Amino acid sequence: MTDPVLSIRNLTVEIPTRRGLFRPVENVSYDLRPGEIRGVVGESGAGKSMTGNAVIGLLDPPAHIAEGEIWLKGRRIDHLGAEDKRAIRGKEIGMIFQDPLTSLNPLFTVGEQLVETIQLHLKVSSDEARERAIALLDRVSIPNPAERFNQYPHQFSGGMRQRVVIALALCSDPSVIVADEPTTALDVSIQAQVLDLIKELAAERQVGVILVTHDMGVIADTTEEVTVMYAGKVVESGKTDRILGAPEHEYTRSLISAVPRPHVKLKRFPQVSYGGRETEFKIEDLARNWPKPEASSSGKLLEVKEITKQFVAKSSIIPSWNSYLTAVDHVSFDIRDGEVFGLVGESGSGKSTVARMIATLYGVDGGRILFDGEDMTAMDAEGIARYRRQIQMIFQDPFSSLNPRMTVADIVAEPLLHLGILPKADAKLRVRELLDRVGLAKDAWRKYPHEFSGGQRQRISIARALATQPRFLICDEPTSALDVSIQAQILNILKDLQEHLGLTMLFISHDLPVVRQMCDRVGVMKQGQLLELQETQALFDAPQHPYTRELLSLMPRLEQLPG
Amino acid sequence: MLTFIVRRLGQSLLVLLVAGAVAFSMFRFVGDPIDNMLGQERTLEDVERLRVQLGLDQPFPVQYFKYLQEAVQGNFGLSYRQGREVSEIFLERAPATLELAAISATFAVLLGIALGVYTAIRRDGFVANLIMSASLIGVSLPTFLIGILLIYLFSVELGWLPSFGRGDVVNLGWWNTGLLTESGLKALILPSIALGLYQMTLIMRLVRSEMLEVLRQDYIRFARARGLSERTINFRHALKNTMVPVVTIIGLQLGAIIAFAIITETVFQWPGLGLLFINAIQFVDIPVMAAYLMMISVMFVLINLIVDILYAFIDPRLRVSSK
Repeated sequence: MTDPVLSIRNLTVEIPTRRGLFRPVENVSYDLRPGEIRGVVGESGAGKSMTGNAVIGLLDPPAHIAEGEIWLKGRRIDHLGAEDKRAIRGKEIGMIFQDPLTSLNPLFTVGEQLVETIQLHLKVSSDEARERAIALLDRVSIPNPAERFNQYPHQFSGGMRQRVVIALALCSDPSVIVADEPTTALDVSIQAQVLDLIKELAAERQVGVILVTHDMGVIADTTEEVTVMYAGKVVESGKTDRILGAPEHEYTRSLISAVPRPHVKLKRFPQVSYGGRETEFKIEDLARNWPKPEASSSGKLLEVKEITKQFVAKSSIIPSWNSYLTAVDHVSFDIRDGEVFGLVGESGSGKSTVARMIATLYGVDGGRILFDGEDMTAMDAEGIARYRRQIQMIFQDPFSSLNPRMTVADIVAEPLLHLGILPKADAKLRVRELLDRVGLAKDAWRKYPHEFSGGQRQRISIARALATQPRFLICDEPTSALDVSIQAQILNILKDLQEHLGLTMLFISHDLPVVRQMCDRVGVMKQGQLLELQETQALFDAPQHPYTRELLSLMPRLEQLPG
Repeated sequence: MLTFIVRRLGQSLLVLLVAGAVAFSMFRFVGDPIDNMLGQERTLEDVERLRVQLGLDQPFPVQYFKYLQEAVQGNFGLSYRQGREVSEIFLERAPATLELAAISATFAVLLGIALGVYTAIRRDGFVANLIMSASLIGVSLPTFLIGILLIYLFSVELGWLPSFGRGDVVNLGWWNTGLLTESGLKALILPSIALGLYQMTLIMRLVRSEMLEVLRQDYIRFARARGLSERTINFRHALKNTMVPVVTIIGLQLGAIIAFAIITETVFQWPGLGLLFINAIQFVDIPVMAAYLMMISVMFVLINLIVDILYAFIDPRLRVSSK
């Protein structure tokens, strides 16, 4: 065996707080060999990113390394001064961040940023740096690298930007790359390409890669070794196949069982039971006061007929000269009473636009939307208000979909008061009851959103959506911003709502295993068009459209996982 | 881009027309110019004759329309008080105001950005906190009070700098400048500080908060991860991103500097356009007032337009791709 390029020995990071010392990383050790990809997995707050930051010397003060050693190629680097650490950053250790949309400076061309980094680390002329930069762009498979060199980051798609970020990390042939959730913000198909690229580069250049992620699928597909972290400590570490196939620690077992399975449909999502932090969702209490679901006249609660949405791509002085981008192109489907209807597709496929049109957030440029037989596109203002009361929406990002300056009570009460459903005093009671039912603490109502975790915020969003006692719920990627463990809780809540309250749902996601578990029927969208519409079982077993087949083939295969 | 500029020009014209109409409708409340123009021994006939001669008997929309007709041809009429072409008086007065505005704008922008960046980088430093506290004074004290305090300290008590006027000016033919003589330069110091102090503190506070925001961005973290030095990060990557929103405010503040010069010019008896305007109000010199207000509106509209175009130069995302 070759010597490790990076060794972390008993690393402990401390953050002094008013309530005493907090240790986000405690006694963590692992090795990284050249060309090896080591996964570090755990939920948010487990300390996995903090370890990576400690390695590259980017801990935000007052966080600091309290104990332990970090060795890079036989040289101890944890106790170096700021200048020496900076000299290692980018040269010896490269870094890839999660969000390619924000990790490039928008005001400089991709070429300027590459040349700047190359010239910083290697003493070369600007012409040589330019050549090297173009070669790097070419290596990370960016088409027309010489032309792309002069373009700005906003002219690249998300996947292409992540390739640029990888090129930047490779500028001076580092021996270690820390990749912090490098594909979390990307579509499945792009994710697969970027991971392949990382694998190739690691083997070809003998770079050791620390791959921090919360996605078990990524771990299974990409890594050779994996370290599982929980609450700052390593709970288990070893060969990926062994850890996933025969986990020893209870937390690892629990985490693996919570990963949605693409092949078998389960009644409920198994939850991560380790640590005992489960909060109860009281669906029976909620169901008692819920109005009996009315059946729609036709058995179809929502009928979408040939809807089309166009956005102005380039505006002109004369309106008829505007050029348009068709985001949704003659899409039709029905959603039956009490059904969970799934829409899948990559970003830009128009699935969220469909949801927004149904929620009346966007106007409809063509076609009709019938809710319980009534054409919503032809309604007057009063009709729309009645309609909106019946339809509520849960958004993807629990951090930006709650107004940070409003208390939770005000947030949940807003639709009630705005639509004039209940007087203030009654609304207050309804809000407290709802917050209790979705499993939030008694005093949650007077707090502000930032005092809650992502999962709790999504519960607040659910409480807000339930406030008007709607018949139809639109969930737009409700769990993509959450950890596996929290995801299971939220998805179970949604399942309960559908089962016990008879809610009908439109469920939008790019996560196929989740869709498999949640939905009765699924529509596949690409470039604004609905390509295929099937019962879930049929779609996963025998996809008809080639694009659906391609999507399914890109699903992370979790073969190592126990059934 | 062309579409954008044409559209903005159209909007600008509309704004100018409305601003002009509002200004014109107010003139009737300022007083009757004829009272001042004719002496004590006037007859009713004289008054009436002059009123018709000046066109003041007509309703204000008609007056406004006639004024616009002349104004687009560059004819702004005769000053009631001085009996000279308004445009001629303006050209004579403009250099004083423009020099004052340019100096105080330069002072405000340079010092404002420098201090803003400094206080952002040394966020918790003692000096930075001191500057921040001191800047509150600049924001909250009115311009005239600053002017009076400066005069009291540097002219009355210390006797270093003149308290009023422009000092000696050199005539360059079409432009008379105070920048070439010692007394002219000395005379500029106090009024430029008085005029620019508020803008300087405003720009500084704005740059600071924008810069702090930018320094939290992922691309700054990524720049650190690439091993770039703090200097490159702060002055190359962060500063340019900071400037995008700051440029708008700076642009609007430049307009404000010229418009607010009225107060500073009054305090320092600076022979510029602002002082001319104040005197014109006292005398109900409508042609001068109208021309001044039109000039200020044109200037604000132009500055706004320039700022919008500048945006596209700083931020490539706003450049319309010509594919």
